Amino acid sequence: MLQVSIYRYNPESDSEPSMQDFQVDTGGKDLMVLDVLELIKSQDTTVAYRRSCREGVCGSDGLNMNGKNGLACITPLSETVKNNKLVVRPLPGLPVIRDLVVDMTMFYAQYEKVQPYLLNDTPAPAIERLQSPEDREKLDGLYECILCACCSTACPSFWWNPDRFIGPSGLLQAYRFLADSRDLATDERLSKLDDPFSVFRCHGIQNCVNVCPKGLNPTRAIGHIRHMLLSRAT
Amino acid sequence: MVRSVTSFGRSGLSDWLIQRVSGVILLAYFLCIGASIAGGVDYLSWRDMFEGTAMRVFTLLAILSLAAHAWIGMWAVSTDYMTERLMGTKGNVLRVAFQIACSLVIFVYVIWGVQILWG
Repeated sequence: MLQVSIYRYNPESDSEPSMQDFQVDTGGKDLMVLDVLELIKSQDTTVAYRRSCREGVCGSDGLNMNGKNGLACITPLSETVKNNKLVVRPLPGLPVIRDLVVDMTMFYAQYEKVQPYLLNDTPAPAIERLQSPEDREKLDGLYECILCACCSTACPSFWWNPDRFIGPSGLLQAYRFLADSRDLATDERLSKLDDPFSVFRCHGIQNCVNVCPKGLNPTRAIGHIRHMLLSRAT
Repeated sequence: MVRSVTSFGRSGLSDWLIQRVSGVILLAYFLCIGASIAGGVDYLSWRDMFEGTAMRVFTLLAILSLAAHAWIGMWAVSTDYMTERLMGTKGNVLRVAFQIACSLVIFVYVIWGVQILWG
């Protein structure tokens, strides 16, 4: 039997959060953490968590499992469980709405700041704006982000300044549009990032790289943004 | 764009660049001092070393680099932990008081360093 400890908090009835222990029979299988949560849900229907696609595409079930952020649906028990014990907490640094469900408002506000869409005032061509294969390649490792927030909520700079520091996820997206040959607002975008918080609160500790379930590298993207800022500065 | 009035260069890029350049200068200076000490040092050789203008200029450069490096670092620490978000309005008071104390200590060390070098 797997020992599972789940963070429980219902702001409407609990004065403070607590951990609740469950025993789960995994049948000797190497289940995903989400499967374990589903088994717990069958024991106690009041346990709240987000989930949707259950295959690492939607980014809904970002959780902190035995101290490391990741997607519950693609994290096998063999990867996270030590001494037959699994501790599941909500993503750190964001307000808890209930149990494992966090309020992502601050995370999305930072995403919105980087204007995650193409800025191009030139008349749209009849079919589509074309890119060379080389220019398209520059977006690899950037466009795959699913906004699960595992990276930003593993970043101490984002914990302390979630209202000022854009965070690894938002900055990865910022660079995705800075690097896009079809976007014409590079200078305007960079001007909005050249303050001591938005980009430069990153100290390069690479927690984001360590936890990204899609294997992306926000620290490298942040480095590219810094070099773009440096190239245009006098 | 987040407005800041107390950061060293008022620009994230400027602070970042100064932090790195000053770090390299400090590394070079401490390697230089380390090499001198490793070769054996006594009062006379130490005094002779600091009599030379080049060493004094290098030391002053290191002191100024340390001042800038320390300010940027302490400013980052204070704006991480002593904020209105974490501590309420007393966070603002504490942060500004801490920043004033840091700048005062750094200022005193710079003047004292100059005095030691050319005193």
